[in-house]
Amino acid sequence: MSIEISNVGKRFADFVALDDVSVSIPAGRLTALLGPSGGGKSTLLRIIAGLERADTGRVEIDGVDATTLPPQKRNVGFVFQHYAAFKHLSVRRNVAFGLEIRKRSKEEIRRRVDELLALVHLGQFGDRLPTQLSGGQRQRMALARALAVEPAVLLLDEPFGALDAKVRKELRDWLRRLHDEVHVTTVFVTHDQEEALEVADEIVVINEGRVEQIGSPDDLYDRPANEFVMRFLGPVTQLGDQLVRPHDLQLSTDSGDGVPGRVARVTRIGFEIRVEVTTADGQPVTVTLTRNEFLALGIGTGDDVRLRIAPNSPTTAVSTPAQRADLAAANS
Amino acid sequence: MADSSIATRSPVGRRPGRHLLRLVVVAYLFFLVAWPLYLVGSNAFTDGFTSFEDILTDPDVTHALRLTVVIAVAAVVINTVFGVGISILLVRYDFPGKRVLNALLDVPLSVSPIVVGLALILVYGGRDGWFGPTLESAGIQIIFAVPGMVMATVFVALPLVIREVVPVLQEVGDEQEQAARSLGANAWQTFRRITLPSIKWGVIYGVVLSLARSLGEFGAVKVVSGNVLGDTRTATLVVEEKYLNFDKGGAYATAFLLALVAVACIIVVSVLRPKEER
Repeated sequence: MSIEISNVGKRFADFVALDDVSVSIPAGRLTALLGPSGGGKSTLLRIIAGLERADTGRVEIDGVDATTLPPQKRNVGFVFQHYAAFKHLSVRRNVAFGLEIRKRSKEEIRRRVDELLALVHLGQFGDRLPTQLSGGQRQRMALARALAVEPAVLLLDEPFGALDAKVRKELRDWLRRLHDEVHVTTVFVTHDQEEALEVADEIVVINEGRVEQIGSPDDLYDRPANEFVMRFLGPVTQLGDQLVRPHDLQLSTDSGDGVPGRVARVTRIGFEIRVEVTTADGQPVTVTLTRNEFLALGIGTGDDVRLRIAPNSPTTAVSTPAQRADLAAANS
Repeated sequence: MADSSIATRSPVGRRPGRHLLRLVVVAYLFFLVAWPLYLVGSNAFTDGFTSFEDILTDPDVTHALRLTVVIAVAAVVINTVFGVGISILLVRYDFPGKRVLNALLDVPLSVSPIVVGLALILVYGGRDGWFGPTLESAGIQIIFAVPGMVMATVFVALPLVIREVVPVLQEVGDEQEQAARSLGANAWQTFRRITLPSIKWGVIYGVVLSLARSLGEFGAVKVVSGNVLGDTRTATLVVEEKYLNFDKGGAYATAFLLALVAVACIIVVSVLRPKEER
């Protein structure tokens, strides 16, 4: 049940939410739409669901043109950030909703709801009201409700955004395992790069209404297409005109090749040592080392060191403001 | 010890002010609402139940009471259906002129009911109204008949359902409706299964307020009804008529019945309404 999005554009008054976006989402995979807030990723998800209408372009779900179909005819399951639980209905009735609408028999509904409640570990909570559940339980109920109608695609809009860190981590693992069991084509929106890297098979990076890069977590991390992706996916530091990850920098005390600098500050954060080095040109560079690497080097504040980028590390060139303007002009 | 006594003292220090405020509010409501209403009741019962027997055996009065109920129920049904519809329109949709519509909805609360009555006559009056003669030649009489009285009552009670339902709709938000749509529900199923249950108490409260207001409407109905004895005379018009004709017992007894129904409605709903709401 693949999703084909071609040349989709969407404006809200003067704000361009999506600008000529084309993405193809493969069947049976877990795909993340990743990007900063306001970048257009939720709008894209809502357009796939039919909750928003695209101004231009086409949406195809499982080979069928869905561009003008209303949401109830798209056979998608949608999970909202704030659960959207039906507050006046019990957990069972929430999960049964889509099946009742489809006029399935009482017996079938009962069986299916039991199955789903067991799947999301809410078996003994069927008769409660949503307000009597915790946030994580409510979101699992919402997921069971969306899965009940056997959707062609499952869409999740920042599904763990309203939960505290610990529950978020649990549900993330659980979603991954669930997807390995159920195999429904799943698209979820997140602004948390760690969540996307950990859970997704495929990541679509969206920023300012445009797709920046599509690829597997490894592709994105090891071969970022541009400065934005490099910066968004993890910590970066700048050496000369190259952006590089702080843990891909090597320090040495010998007088071999590399950029000379002086240690300005050493901070220890648990198992990680952060060394701030000022180069001979006065550029501040951050290097992170493990505790053992740091001890082996035997350096301290004020020592002279040489900085090198470890071989085969991903780097991107930093664009100057003038280049950025050129880039923007070329894209528009 | 000294510390704790100071700590317990500070709320105590504010109490006299709070008591005074409470006293003022209670006195205000007592002299303005409770005492006068009580006097209506006690006057109605000065001769025991004789006044009630008199009015309930008078065919003109019972006709008036029945007419009042028919008009009030019709007006409440119309106002509920349109009120819920307009509320959804106002909260869920954006359209040009929304602010104007919103302001227009408060007109019935601010305009005197007499003006409403006169305005309806100008439009629907059978002899020289703007639209009335056309309707009359088609056999439909609005003014000096039940349709006009229902219209006048609908007009004055128009905003009550809307003003109760709109805030509830805003608070509930539209995510549950979107979820229902994505699960396959069409617009009507979404409304009946999701929207209506979540605004239920707002609607019920609006209905009760409208009912109370409609039962008691006087000015607009007086103008459009023509006040024909045994035909278009409602209960409130009976009260006035009896009072002006020095039949104080009958006037108070009828007034008491009207007040009783309205107050009973409001009490029943506030008892039934779940505690966690509002």
